[in-house]
Amino acid sequence: MGLESAQIHQIVKEKFADSVLEEAADAVDPFIVVKPGVIEDLAYFCRDDTRLEFDLLSCISGVDYPERNVIEVIYCLDSTPNKHWLIVKVVLPRDNPRVRTVENVWRTADWHERETYDLLGVTFEGHHNLIRILCAEDWVGYPLRRDYVMPETYRGIRNVVY
Amino acid sequence: MSGLLLAQTPPTVGELANQWNTNPHQGGLYLESALYQLVDAMGSSLTLPPWLVVAATLLVVCLLVFGFINVFGLFVVWLERKASAHIQCRYGPMEVGPHGVLQTIADGIKLTSKEDIVPRLADRPLFVLAPIIVFAGVLVRFVPLPFGQELVASDMDLGLFFVAAVGSVEVIGVILAGWSSNNKWSLFATMRTATQMVSYEIPLGLAFVSVIVCAGTFSLQEIIAQQEGWFWNWFILKNPFLLLMAPIYLVASLAECKRAPFDLPEAESELVSGFHTEYSGMRFAIFFLAEYAAMYLVSAIAVVLFFGGWWTGIPLIDGIGMGADASAGAAVTGFVIKAAVMVSKAVFLVFVQIWVRWTLPRVRLDQMMFICWKVLTPIALVCLVGATLWHLASGGGGLFGIPALLGLDG
Amino acid sequence: MPEVKTEEMLLNMGPQHPSTHGVFRVVIRTDGEMVLESESHIGYLHRCFEKVAENNNYLQVVPYTDRMDYLCAMANNLGYAQTVEKLMKLQVPERAEYIRVIVTELNRIASHLMAFGTYGMDLGAMTPFLYAFRDREMLLKIFEKLCGQRLNYSYIRVGGVTFDMTDEILADIERFCEYFEPDILKEYNDLLSYNGIFISRAANVGVLPVDLAISYGVTGPSLRGSGVARDLRKDEPSSIYDRFDFDVMVGSGEMGTVGDCWDRYMVRVREMTESVKIVRQAIRDIPSGPFCDKKAFRGVKPPKGEVYHKIEGARGEVGFYLVSDGTVKPYRVKARGPSFCNISVLDALTSKGDCMVADMVAIIGSLDIVMGEVDR
Repeated sequence: MGLESAQIHQIVKEKFADSVLEEAADAVDPFIVVKPGVIEDLAYFCRDDTRLEFDLLSCISGVDYPERNVIEVIYCLDSTPNKHWLIVKVVLPRDNPRVRTVENVWRTADWHERETYDLLGVTFEGHHNLIRILCAEDWVGYPLRRDYVMPETYRGIRNVVY
Repeated sequence: MSGLLLAQTPPTVGELANQWNTNPHQGGLYLESALYQLVDAMGSSLTLPPWLVVAATLLVVCLLVFGFINVFGLFVVWLERKASAHIQCRYGPMEVGPHGVLQTIADGIKLTSKEDIVPRLADRPLFVLAPIIVFAGVLVRFVPLPFGQELVASDMDLGLFFVAAVGSVEVIGVILAGWSSNNKWSLFATMRTATQMVSYEIPLGLAFVSVIVCAGTFSLQEIIAQQEGWFWNWFILKNPFLLLMAPIYLVASLAECKRAPFDLPEAESELVSGFHTEYSGMRFAIFFLAEYAAMYLVSAIAVVLFFGGWWTGIPLIDGIGMGADASAGAAVTGFVIKAAVMVSKAVFLVFVQIWVRWTLPRVRLDQMMFICWKVLTPIALVCLVGATLWHLASGGGGLFGIPALLGLDG
Repeated sequence: MPEVKTEEMLLNMGPQHPSTHGVFRVVIRTDGEMVLESESHIGYLHRCFEKVAENNNYLQVVPYTDRMDYLCAMANNLGYAQTVEKLMKLQVPERAEYIRVIVTELNRIASHLMAFGTYGMDLGAMTPFLYAFRDREMLLKIFEKLCGQRLNYSYIRVGGVTFDMTDEILADIERFCEYFEPDILKEYNDLLSYNGIFISRAANVGVLPVDLAISYGVTGPSLRGSGVARDLRKDEPSSIYDRFDFDVMVGSGEMGTVGDCWDRYMVRVREMTESVKIVRQAIRDIPSGPFCDKKAFRGVKPPKGEVYHKIEGARGEVGFYLVSDGTVKPYRVKARGPSFCNISVLDALTSKGDCMVADMVAIIGSLDIVMGEVDR
């Protein structure tokens, strides 16, 4: 049976002591915040460590906080054999959000990171094919940002403003 | 007909009428000979050159066959829609005419009134030519096909050989259709079709040959004539190897008609519509009609070869109108019965084809090739050899020749 | 003798195609009939669900969740409602929980019927499609009686369900269960599942190894077809799923290899039996009482915080990551559609080099995707 969130956080903190910036243990869904630079190593660790075995990356979400001037990228990890989960957050500066890719750890990160790049503008360094996935390939702007304004026209098609 | 072509002096119409009159089994449309006799009776009041009479008669015959194909097409499209609907727990066409019998006419009117679209980058001459070639390949094969006793366009001595040989023209039409469409998906389908149709001609041909061996003749009328009598004289029961060969023929004919489970060429869920994706309106209707005509053709050939042709298999019914002293009424009744029996047997086999289409999924290309070359062809070869040897040993009597061998033949 | 050289063809299985289950584009590089490489392009059905959700309040977002996986809309509604309830720590009445389970399982049956029918149609058998829709029609009639809608229900909302399930509807559902299982499923198995041609088209085709599947985030029947017994209804049960007794169907390589198309297809057909089991138990045990939390229906204002909740939809793990800033509108709703990850495995499966163009159709059909939740 799986470990509790507190125990999982403890295991991660043992390995990455100085990179874990925050641990929200009493939130509805406990999560940890780590430094952006360590995410790739953390990903390998989470997947390969025998106590954790996080082999399934459920989803990568990006959240835009313009008041705090950050973009958070949230990784929701899951473990099929152990049936426990972990939420890891990375906080990036809003004007240049860059973080290492984890697509070599979990192949599903390929498309999830492309979507986060497409909608929020987060650049995943080392990604082999970081192009837009949901919007058209020559779209300008990052739609899911809070200050996004729809363009007037796209390739001559006028935008309808209600 | 050969006399017409090889004679030193062209025969008179009277001579033509006599020629057909004296030898009923030597082929010829009853109507044809009747037309000759009519012209002959009008005699000297009309000085028509014989070649004109012959040409006009042939045209009439051709139009009759073409008309049969059209009417049959109307009927079988309705049959397919109704049969498929009832298999699928629904009703099918019910609005136009009682139980939708006029639906196909409405569809035909719709198709003729559609805009004729030829893709701009398509090869226009080939695009226009392709449906014509496909339809011609099917239409010509109807020439030696009997519709009843003495109801045949032209009873050729090499009837079966002719059917097998000319059928390959259809493949050319299909290739032209796919190539000239300038559409990669059509091309895909064309390649599949060409492979399929050419491959399945082998088991088909072997089925023909084994029946020819047992019958000793290529002529379709002769083959049917040899199945006279009780139903165990039918070729399917004359020879156990022919009993095995009949399913092989039926499966190969499904593949030749591009019907499911061998409908890769028009795999609706993979290639939209296969080689006739780009065709619309009347051109598409020609492909459609050619497909249904081919279905009738192979079913009719199956009936001729294996299932007794126009004989019902019960001598009492078969004997109506036969014999030199039969009355005119009985002769006409017998004539009609035989035509009805022939056509309805073929229609039943067409219904079986429709039934199979809506039941089975589609085989993949490599599986289809496997079935043809590694299953059907070896079995067909074995059956051919076996049928020959059995025929030689048993002398070709009914019920696998066993009663004859045992001396029970009365 | 010089080698015969063949040219490679670049085919576009375009956004409009009879068998790509929605607007999905695959660019295939083929050598004759063999596929060398394929590249998937999605985004043709992107309707900006997540952006819209930021501008509407929690109740107004519910119809948008329906339209993500429109074939199993109840599961989407359930996932979203449970996510908000998790954040609010809201307890939903017992009767509402039972009703939710019943409708979700019925919708799962309807969705699997659709998958079964369209898969048969993709492979050329047109008749099972009509039979599946005949039975699906009964389910849609029940749903129409229940909430007025046949496809996009918006029935499960934060706090409970919209309308009560009357005894008449419960009787209808029981009648459907009697009709459906086991006779109809036996009919489907006889007609399609154990048909020789179908088996030769689906078995040993598109074999999905377990590690590849989990790495690509495949969940649901597609993962269970590869032998992994992962079902969120059993592993991380939300609401009252732990009260029901049912089995997790897993592919075992019965007709070919473990993880081939036939296994994935058969998992879906067998799951319908299990769903009927759950529905029967729920009908037997459903209590009387309120069917919604009236205060929640009047307005929802979760506290500040974030939560990730996932449930087992018909196609896999439906997840919602909800960020709330304490107002009546969500700050961010990220929806994880299972088909998004399921379809990403297609390029890996076809690049192995043993796949034909006809097999691609079989693989896409067996992964059972809905473009609505791929693109959201």
